[in-house]
Amino acid sequence: MKRVTLALTLALAAGLSAEAADAQTLKTVKDRGTLSCGVSQGLPGFSSPDDKGNWTGIDVDLCRAVAAAIFNDPTKIKFVPLSAKDRFTALQSGEVDVLSRNTTWTISRDTSLGANFTGVTYYDGQGFMVKKSLKVNSALELNSASVCVQTGTTTEQNLADYFKANNMKYEVIAFATNDETVKAYEAGRCDVFTTDQSGLYANRLKLANPNDHMVLPEIISKEPLGPMVRHGDDQWFDIVKWTLFALVTAEELGVTSKNVDEKAKLENPELKRVLGTDGNFGEQLGLTKDWVVRIVKATGNYGEVFDRNVGAGSPLAINRGLNNLWNKGGLQYAPPIR
Amino acid sequence: MSTEARKPPPQIALKIRRALGGKSGWNGIVVQFAFAAILGWIAYEIVSNTRANLENQHIAAGFGFLRNNAGFDVNQTLISYTGSDTFLRVFVVGLLNTLVVSVVGIFFATVIGFIVALCRLSPNWLLSRVGEIYVEIIRNLPVLFQILFWYLAVLAALPNPRQSISLLGIAFISNRGLVIPRPIGESGFEPFLAMLTLGIVASLALRFYARRALFERGQMIRIWPSVLALLFGLPLATILVFGLPFTFELPQLKGFNFAGGSRIIPEFVALTVALSTYTAAFIAEIVRAGILSVHKGQMEAGSSLGLSRGATLRLIVVPQAMRVIVPPLTNQYLNLTKNSSLAVAIGYPDLVSVFAGTSLSQTGQAIEIIAMTMGVYLLISLVTSAVMSVYGWRVSRSLGA
Repeated sequence: MKRVTLALTLALAAGLSAEAADAQTLKTVKDRGTLSCGVSQGLPGFSSPDDKGNWTGIDVDLCRAVAAAIFNDPTKIKFVPLSAKDRFTALQSGEVDVLSRNTTWTISRDTSLGANFTGVTYYDGQGFMVKKSLKVNSALELNSASVCVQTGTTTEQNLADYFKANNMKYEVIAFATNDETVKAYEAGRCDVFTTDQSGLYANRLKLANPNDHMVLPEIISKEPLGPMVRHGDDQWFDIVKWTLFALVTAEELGVTSKNVDEKAKLENPELKRVLGTDGNFGEQLGLTKDWVVRIVKATGNYGEVFDRNVGAGSPLAINRGLNNLWNKGGLQYAPPIR
Repeated sequence: MSTEARKPPPQIALKIRRALGGKSGWNGIVVQFAFAAILGWIAYEIVSNTRANLENQHIAAGFGFLRNNAGFDVNQTLISYTGSDTFLRVFVVGLLNTLVVSVVGIFFATVIGFIVALCRLSPNWLLSRVGEIYVEIIRNLPVLFQILFWYLAVLAALPNPRQSISLLGIAFISNRGLVIPRPIGESGFEPFLAMLTLGIVASLALRFYARRALFERGQMIRIWPSVLALLFGLPLATILVFGLPFTFELPQLKGFNFAGGSRIIPEFVALTVALSTYTAAFIAEIVRAGILSVHKGQMEAGSSLGLSRGATLRLIVVPQAMRVIVPPLTNQYLNLTKNSSLAVAIGYPDLVSVFAGTSLSQTGQAIEIIAMTMGVYLLISLVTSAVMSVYGWRVSRSLGA
C-alpha cells in the first residue's frame, strides 16, 4: 500500500512540476487510444473483475459508456484498481482520466482535491451488517461493539459521528482494502461491518454463509456515489457528466440497447435530437452526432445498467428505490438534451 | 627560551581551500559553488512550480490541514484522542503507535536472535538443528505473509468475548485482545513514583561507584543488599506512610465487549510477534557470525582458566564479538522499524495507516503528508543509527581497540 501511495505521490509531484497543467484530456485519451479508468479493487455490482479478468459493474459501465462515446468501442479501456486511500492521488497525478470508484460526493472532496464530481451514478447510504447470532435488530443496540471499516472513506467519519451522536462507545478497526475488512469481519475480529448499504449486500455474497449475516435497517448517512474528473478541463468534465445524463435520458425515453436503431428512425423530435439525427449536440461536446446511440448500444440505458449489475437481474437484487427515475419516485434526473 | 614548539600561524584560507577544492585549489571551490547553486536552483524550481500548479488546479496545499478536525477514531491510542481532535494529534497518535511496536519488536527480536544464535552454535546436535531450521524457514518467507499468518492464526485460535478464556478471573483473552486490570492512581501514587525513581537512580550511582572501585583499586564492594533496600524498601515504606499507590480496575463483560481494564489489541500482538521473529532470524545469523569471528583460542583460554562455557561466552567471547555485531545489528533495527509500516495490512493503527492512509485520503494532501511521513521515518532511523554508533564506539573503546 505504502509503495503505491509513494509512487503516486511522486508522480503527482512530477506531474505538477511540468510546465502547464494538462487540460486536454480528450485529446490525450484519443492519442493514447484507451481510456484510463480508476475503479475499486473488487466490489461486486460496482466494479469487480470476473474469472476471465473482464470488469463489470455500474462504475465500470460508466467508463464503458465514455469509451463508447469517444471510440465507439467500449473495450478500449485500461482499468486501474485503486484502494480507497490511493484513489484521489491517482486522479490528481493523471494516472486515471476518470475516477469511477463508488466515491461519495462531499463538499470537501469537491473543493480541495483539485477534482470535480460529474454526477450521481448511485444514491446510497451507510448501513451496518452483523451476524444473526448476535440477535441485534437495530444499530442503536451496538453500544461497545467492535466495528470493521475501510480506511480513508466517508464511512469511517460517519461511523464516528453516529456513535458520538447516540452516546455509544465502540472500537474501530480500519483496514486498507475492502477484502481485508471483510476477512477480519468474517474471522470474528469485529461484531459489525459497516460500509454503504449496497456494498454490504455485495460483500455479503462473498461470505461463506451469507444467510448467517443480516443488514440492519438503519441508514445513517447520505452517500451519493459518482465519478470524478480533474479540475481545469471543462470539456472533459462535460463529456463525463453528459454521458451519465445520456444514460438516464435514454431510459426516460424508453431507448434500450435492443431498440435503439428503430428508435433512431422514428420521427419524434425529442428522439431525433437525443439520438443525433437532428442537431449536433455530440459535436459540441467534442464527440460525434450519434454519441448517445453509441453509448446505449454499448451499455444499454441507465435502467439496463442498474438491473444487470445490482438490480433484479443480478445476485444483489437491490431495489431501484432512490435510484429510480424522477418520474417513477426516484432521484435520477437528467437535464434536457436540447 | 621555552622548550615548547612554536605553533604555526592559523592558515584559515588554506584550510578552506583544501576542504572545498581538494587538489584543484581555488578553481575547485568555484566549481563547488556553481554546483551547489545549480542544485539549489533546481530545488527552488520544483517547489515553486508545484506550488503554482497546485494553486491552478485548486488542490489544497500547505500544512493548515493539521489544525482541522480529523473526524475518525483510532482503536489504540497512547495519548487521549477522540474523533474531534486534530490531524496533528492523529499524527502524534500514529507516530507513538509506530514507536511502541518498533521498540517492543526490537527488544524481543534481540532476545530471540541471541538465543537462536547460541542454539545454532551449541554443541548439542538437536539444539543446533532447531536453531538452523528456525533461521532457514523464517528468513525465507516474506514478512507481509508472516504478519498476515500471525494475525489470522491468532484470530482463528481465539474465542469471541462472550466465551473468552479467563485467567484467574482478572484477565481475559478473546479475539478482541488481551484485557488486563488497569491500575488507577490513588493518593499515594506520586510519593511512590518519586521514591521508586530515587531508588533506581541511587542504585545506578552505587553500581557506578562500585565498578570504579573495582577497576581502580581492585576493591570488591558488595552492593546488592543496599540496592535491594533502595529498590523495594523505600517504595514499601512510602506505601506504609501514604497508603496504596494504586488500585486495580477489573475488566467486566458488558454487552459486546469488556468494559474497564486495559486492552492489548490482537493487531499489536500479531505485528510484534511477526516482526520480532522475522528480524530475530537475521539477528541470529549476525550474532553467530560475530561470535565465530572471535578466535577459538579465546574459548579455549576460557576453559583452561576453568570458566564454564556460559561464563566464557558471557565474559570473554560476546564482548569481543559485539564489535562485529553492532553495525549490522543497527541495520536490522532499522529494517524492523521500517517494516512496521506493513501494519496497514492488518489494521494496526500505525503512522502509515492513520496518517499516510486515512488522513491522506480525507484531506487529499498527498505531498505534505507523504513528506512528513518520510521525514519521520528518516528521523527515527537516524536516531537509531546514532544511538547504535555511540554504543558501538563504547564497546570498541572498552576493549582498547
